Amino acid sequence: MSDNGKPRFAMYWAASCGGCDIAVLNIHEKIAEVAAAFEIVFWPCVMDAKYADVEALPDGSIDLTLFSGSIRNDENLHLAKLLRRTSKILVAFGSCASEGCIPGLANLSPVNEMVATAFETQSTDNPGHVRPTPSWASPEGEIRIPTLAPVLRTLDQVVEVDYIMPGCPPESARIAEVVDLVIAVFAGRAELPPKGSVIGAGTSTVCDQCARQRDVKKIAAFTRIQATAHLDPAICLLEQGIPCSGPATRDGCGALCPAAGAPCIGCYGGSDGVMDQGARLLSAFSSVIDAREPGDIERILDGLPDPLGTFYRFGLARSILRASRPASAGNGHEPPVTARAPGPALAGSAGGTDR
Amino acid sequence: MSTTTTHAPAGPAPAGGSAFEPVMIGFTCNWCSYRAADLAGTARIKYPPNVRLIRLMCSGRLDPAFVLKAFAEGADGVMVSGCWPGECHYIEQNIKALRRLTLLRRVTEAMGIEPARLQLLWASAAEGQRFANEVGRIVEEVRALGPLAWGRDGARSPGSVEAALALAATGSSDPPPVSPADIDQPAPALAEVTA
Repeated sequence: MSDNGKPRFAMYWAASCGGCDIAVLNIHEKIAEVAAAFEIVFWPCVMDAKYADVEALPDGSIDLTLFSGSIRNDENLHLAKLLRRTSKILVAFGSCASEGCIPGLANLSPVNEMVATAFETQSTDNPGHVRPTPSWASPEGEIRIPTLAPVLRTLDQVVEVDYIMPGCPPESARIAEVVDLVIAVFAGRAELPPKGSVIGAGTSTVCDQCARQRDVKKIAAFTRIQATAHLDPAICLLEQGIPCSGPATRDGCGALCPAAGAPCIGCYGGSDGVMDQGARLLSAFSSVIDAREPGDIERILDGLPDPLGTFYRFGLARSILRASRPASAGNGHEPPVTARAPGPALAGSAGGTDR
Repeated sequence: MSTTTTHAPAGPAPAGGSAFEPVMIGFTCNWCSYRAADLAGTARIKYPPNVRLIRLMCSGRLDPAFVLKAFAEGADGVMVSGCWPGECHYIEQNIKALRRLTLLRRVTEAMGIEPARLQLLWASAAEGQRFANEVGRIVEEVRALGPLAWGRDGARSPGSVEAALALAATGSSDPPPVSPADIDQPAPALAEVTA
């Protein structure tokens, strides 16, 4: 608590797009309640602050910290450890902090390839082949920039996290509910949920909240939504062949995307009890493919040009196989294959359904 | 049932006592392939002991997460076996397994795991010999690929941020050797990651 008796609040962005901060500001007039109920000590998006001020704070002096963004470099890591030390309640806020999100897809490539893509591809004008260096002696003094970690990590993979709030970004209505709860807790009118809980989201799936009708459990072909001339507004998108992540994605958003005619992309992460969102999703998809012969199955699956990106768009950095693992470490022999190359048929001994 | 004798035995094992022995997990279904393994045992058919069998009620019970976890915890290969199509005890759940494995293999391949490390095998309860032959073939295919080396610290990991940045600066594709101490943070145990 601060001198005026208000709980102290901080919000920080690590490796993220800033959308989580915007989502918090997007709670509209309730932001005034936040400003009235809390003393905001550190929030780079909305006010000036210096890391040194936070470093000077005693342990546990910030009551609530919302940490958005994942841990991509040593600056992110330093702030994660610093805010863990200085915060009573640390919330992994948003998809990046809780499961890696889009930046986590970079874990499929070694750091050198990632940097090469950023600095050397055709769309980049870099005639001097400039690459980032950790420190540089400028006339005004030494300039240091953060260095990239070999692999992107989620917040809970580097420090202990009290709560997880999923979403890319978390829906503002859910944020408002959490703000109300926290204000009530600090006023002594409510109790915090058990440590480690997922807050600001449901326990079921997006399909449960989706109003679209599901009858048929057969998919004859997958198509991209851009390539579809007409979609039935009342029927399940997956049934119409549009890859939709609803079956394995936690509810909490109110199924906004399917309601607007766009497929769920899975930003709330896996629902309760799901160990690996991508695995659950691919299981759901393959269960409804309308084919029995290996060739037909392969042909239908060719409609999913990037299965890895489809199933692990948000959860790769938290997945069973790719959690905190540098790409180059995955396989002692071959560099990771990012595009699917034609491989041998699935099983040499199960080449067909005929005996 | 002509398949029992048509399959050649597995290729010769590499000479020398220090040959790489792949660690493999095999998921079998209760009704056909586990009984085939049983038959291979009672008939005293010799086949490589590399595959650790786990019995499921049906190959359709296989959650793709089982396979991912096997690889993550150090398996060099995973074999899934079930009844022949049309003979599933649960009508056609083995077809679901076929579809799941087809899609899962596309995903694991994109993550950097060779397709031959994840194989599907049909075997009826009477096909003990075939089961043994096919396990031998699969083990040799995985042996030829070498260790998966999906250790948590990563044998070829760039490790420290400095090493990663040096790599980034040189654009080299050949990461330097790394010791686990170079990793700036210990990777969390799988249970923590997935809890």
